[in-house]
Amino acid sequence: MAYREKSKILGEKEIEKIIKRLTHQILEKNLCLEEVCLVGIQRRGVFLAERIKRLISEIEGKVLPLGVIDITLYRDDLTAIGPAPQVGKTEINFDINNKIVILVDDVLFTGRTVRCALDEVIDFGRPKRIELVVLIDRGHRELPIRADFVGKNIPTSSSEIVEVRLKELDGKDEVVILEKDA
Amino acid sequence: MGEWQRKHLLGLKDLSREEIEVILNSAQAFKEVSEREVKKVPALRGKTVVNLFFEPSTRTKTSFELAAKRLSADVVNFSSSGSSLFKGETILDTLKNIEAYSVDIFVLRHSVSGVAFYLSQRTTSSVVNAGDGQNEHPTQALLDMFTVREKLGSLENLKVAIIGDIYHSRVARSNIWGFSKFSSSVYVCAPKTLIPKYFDNLPCKITYSLKTALSQAQVVIMLRIQKERMKERFFSSQREYVKYYSLNEENLKFLPPEALVLHPGPVNWDIEIASSLKEKVSNLILEQVSNGLAVRMAVLYLLAEKRSYEVID
Repeated sequence: MAYREKSKILGEKEIEKIIKRLTHQILEKNLCLEEVCLVGIQRRGVFLAERIKRLISEIEGKVLPLGVIDITLYRDDLTAIGPAPQVGKTEINFDINNKIVILVDDVLFTGRTVRCALDEVIDFGRPKRIELVVLIDRGHRELPIRADFVGKNIPTSSSEIVEVRLKELDGKDEVVILEKDA
Repeated sequence: MGEWQRKHLLGLKDLSREEIEVILNSAQAFKEVSEREVKKVPALRGKTVVNLFFEPSTRTKTSFELAAKRLSADVVNFSSSGSSLFKGETILDTLKNIEAYSVDIFVLRHSVSGVAFYLSQRTTSSVVNAGDGQNEHPTQALLDMFTVREKLGSLENLKVAIIGDIYHSRVARSNIWGFSKFSSSVYVCAPKTLIPKYFDNLPCKITYSLKTALSQAQVVIMLRIQKERMKERFFSSQREYVKYYSLNEENLKFLPPEALVLHPGPVNWDIEIASSLKEKVSNLILEQVSNGLAVRMAVLYLLAEKRSYEVID
């Protein structure tokens, strides 16, 4: 199915400002950084988490541990999607027991990805608390899940797609809405 | 990024290089699961895997069982001893009966070549060949390739020497198909009686000299002398075989120091490999075993998707 770009929501400058704001909000809420760690959800959540980590080290001079999770094996629709999706890397090589895990993803939509991520994080130990950061919240939740820190709320129709593009993967920073080609 | 579309894994002969890479890349991800605190992921929840072993096996069977369990599948082990096969039930009937319990994947081992293919044509479930006669043992070759790729960083343009009982070895055949797809040259080396004539037509080079096989090889796969399959004599004495084809301190020097020595196990020490080399080679052979688990998890995961196929009967 072909999609065409409907509108551009955010550009490079805005994304940069939003990530800065989110970082400050995380710092404001979590005064004791000793127990905080970051976990990015593959794939764009990982790059966002890396940016937050870099900002925190600039602001506070503290380098937080950063983990990566791929939620493929925890999906509830494995049999429904076409060919077997390739499983990406999961790596949390620090102890998360009694830590505050800041989970980072690009878009919050149905909440199913976050559900998978929560299950997977818990398989690595028992964190004190898990908090969720997302760049975009586009609504249409199918599960009782909400984010603690939201970059921008974008109301969408369910036929649209919100695409976050990041320099590390896509060559540029922007957020666009795609819709089905009529 | 490649995609996996197959329903069965019967051998490496028919797989493309890309398909092999999909399995190896997935295995990389699955290796990490076994290092977690909870060594289990829910990917195959609600699926049923049946280990159908018509021939003895320790590591392959345990490995498949553990792989299925770490993916949260339900596992049933069937072994031919003590089964209704002795009452005259055919393997097809046995399979059909077990299939009636809505099985998703059969992991099959049999002493006759081609049984995996035969049954795959007659079942709606997926079939993984865990060794059929002298034909193929794909997951063993995949784990060898995975180990080599992990250690050497690539599978391209290597010299791979397979030494020992080539005649009876499905591992040799699978490895020949696998490695040759990555433009590596595979040498098989054994006494003349242990290399069948038709190997001329396989993508491998034949040599009877251990020195030729070992020199400049980056990978050496030592094979077990399968006494249980030798109904006739293939060499005049074990002593003679050991003299010319056993890996020992003496002939190890033909091998570059960074070369990998693999063995699918179980090792007959002092026949294929001198026991004085035990310390030197054992670690890697055990690493092969743990890599085998990751590879089998990847294979089960990739095959677990339910698709409907036409059954010919």
